[in-house]
Amino acid sequence: MALLQISEPGKSTDPHQHRFAAGIDLGTTNSLVASVRSGSADTLPDEQGRHLLPSVVRYTADGAPEVGQAAKLQAAHDPLNTIISVKRFMGRGVDDILTLGSMLPYEFIASESGMPLINTASGPRSPVQVSADILLELKRRTESTLGGDLSGVVITVPAYFDEAQRQATKDAGTLAGLKVLRLINEPTAAAVAYGLDRKADGVIAVYDLGGGTFDISILRLNQGVFEVLATAGDTALGGDDLDREIARWIMQQAGIGNAVDHALQRRLLDAACAAKEQLSEADEVELGVALDDGSQWHGSLSRQQMNELLEPLVRKTLAPCRRCLRDAGLRAGDITEVVMVGGSTRVPRVRSAVAEFFGREPLAEIDPDKVVAIGAAVQADMLVGNKPDEEMLLLDVIPLSLGIETMGGLTEKIVPRNTTIPVARAQEFTTFKDGQTAIALHVVQGERELVDDCRSLARFELRDIPPMTAGAARIRVTFQVDADGLLSVTALEQTSGAQAHIEVKPSYGLSDHEIESMLRASMESAGEDLQARRLREQQVEADRVLEALQSALQQDGDRLLDSQERAAIDAAAQALREVRDATDHQAIRRAVERVEAASAPYVERRMNASIQRAMAGHGVDEFK
Amino acid sequence: MAISLTPAAANHVKSFLEQRGSGVALRLGVRTSGCSGMAYVLEFADVIEDTDVVFENLGVKVVIDPKSLVYLDGTELDYGKEGLNEGFKFNNPNVKDACGCGESFNV
Repeated sequence: MALLQISEPGKSTDPHQHRFAAGIDLGTTNSLVASVRSGSADTLPDEQGRHLLPSVVRYTADGAPEVGQAAKLQAAHDPLNTIISVKRFMGRGVDDILTLGSMLPYEFIASESGMPLINTASGPRSPVQVSADILLELKRRTESTLGGDLSGVVITVPAYFDEAQRQATKDAGTLAGLKVLRLINEPTAAAVAYGLDRKADGVIAVYDLGGGTFDISILRLNQGVFEVLATAGDTALGGDDLDREIARWIMQQAGIGNAVDHALQRRLLDAACAAKEQLSEADEVELGVALDDGSQWHGSLSRQQMNELLEPLVRKTLAPCRRCLRDAGLRAGDITEVVMVGGSTRVPRVRSAVAEFFGREPLAEIDPDKVVAIGAAVQADMLVGNKPDEEMLLLDVIPLSLGIETMGGLTEKIVPRNTTIPVARAQEFTTFKDGQTAIALHVVQGERELVDDCRSLARFELRDIPPMTAGAARIRVTFQVDADGLLSVTALEQTSGAQAHIEVKPSYGLSDHEIESMLRASMESAGEDLQARRLREQQVEADRVLEALQSALQQDGDRLLDSQERAAIDAAAQALREVRDATDHQAIRRAVERVEAASAPYVERRMNASIQRAMAGHGVDEFK
Repeated sequence: MAISLTPAAANHVKSFLEQRGSGVALRLGVRTSGCSGMAYVLEFADVIEDTDVVFENLGVKVVIDPKSLVYLDGTELDYGKEGLNEGFKFNNPNVKDACGCGESFNV
């Protein structure tokens, strides 16, 4: 008979109607899947008992792709068809990827949408497809473990992932046939695994030292809402570096020179890694490495010695911690909890250094390799409805402001950064020219005042606006960000009902460094930005006045003005045109005022003429 | 009238209750639904109702409402593995026929 799990009180499901849910940690090097069974969340192993699935996919000319360990073993033999670290390409354009480094062995080709494709033996594959193959493998494992189809999953993403990278991740889930209930930030998932979301508030530091990368995030929890205050890190620092440091020590001790072949290097690193892992428990370990001349080197390493070897690397992680605190505007004493993530945080010296830095013992009881997947599983279980209703739903915030470009290349922010999601915000815009029938909308993300300094996300056009005088059309632009942080923008002309809509699709993305530097730049250049905004606003005003004047003069300038008046207006307009392209916003404003003064009698005459036109043929009684 | 647990089932229930951090017992029951009549209920119990019948088995408290007990009397709760899947199994002597997977049954 079927195998059953214990449900929460009153939450038993009908037969064959089980709400199976899973949390997926889709990592750069390894991926994991976790699920809540009989009330407790844990990661799910494969048939060989392995929990970690290497995030590696190998494509062959015939047959299904190999995923995981099998693919990883082939990486050295078949580098062009074995895709590793695909997460780094998610939501990126070809140009972005080329700047990631020339070390990549893959052949990239650009697709029509700007999404990069990798040429493999089974044809071109996009990063989304490669990720989908990893997810498919996890889906298969999960469904055979739970004994039924998955109702939904939660996938984790780094806190610094932007819209495009999130959309790409969600698309990969959909492509793998998964119902993606939500994407949540990795540090948020780790905090959820420790149940920190059930507390009222707090400031949480999540220290994530993985195999190859280091991330530090500071979250603020306020009434069940996690807000990412700051993130920092080092994309080239992790457990592999710790191993290399110990391997170098072995080489010194064994008197091996720097010229070691690949095989010996591998043996040294394996011995180093094993020693590092054992020293998390033991105070001293015996080491043995087979050397190339057939002899065997033996030695011993104490935890104290290892701590000294690793000290410089451990120190190196504290600099981003300091930066992150500064960006968040906090001191170490403000942190109420510290959460450890990533296998390298098992090293006792890493834990003690973090404890010293933040002045409190970090939370480390949950396996740091699994903690993110476990938090995601807890969320997924709640989202499919296996938890009592009173338990709160987790909310998240958008990392960078979203807005559109207005005249003069200025950014109009519609959804400010750190707004909790899901959210919908609308703002009204209008036309700039008489008879304008279309409007181009440019969706941007960032904190700066000028569009050129923000990230362009999408462009679309609203057409079929009925011709009206400038400023008469009412165009409502609605920004909607769903619970995953994915954006859709709608523009609606209210009188005619003309409508246009766009969803932000992955084409380009931002790296954590870029987001960090964008945030910093917005603070450093606040004054500069203000000047630039004033200038652009005056330029736009100048254009508007000149445009309106020109169109009026064409209509009735000859009829209502004598030549002297006309000359005065033309002279003021010419003066305005001259200062418009300079950088003095006050000069532009004065020139605008002079044009308005010179044309005031003309405006009055036009007004009277139009009133007379409107009243002609009507009796006085009608106007009472 | 009795309900029993195998040692494997008892150990798992104990550890799940411990990890949950709350709950006083394991609730068994049946309800009418499903493709073949009745379906099993297997839940954590946070309260024991006055009408509940309570069994104590290998250190695990099992509660069951008297109506369900009629259909479950003599049942042994087991814990087993099938491939990657693992979970609880009802060995219920009252079952006359069940749907293919055994999730719902008739007495």
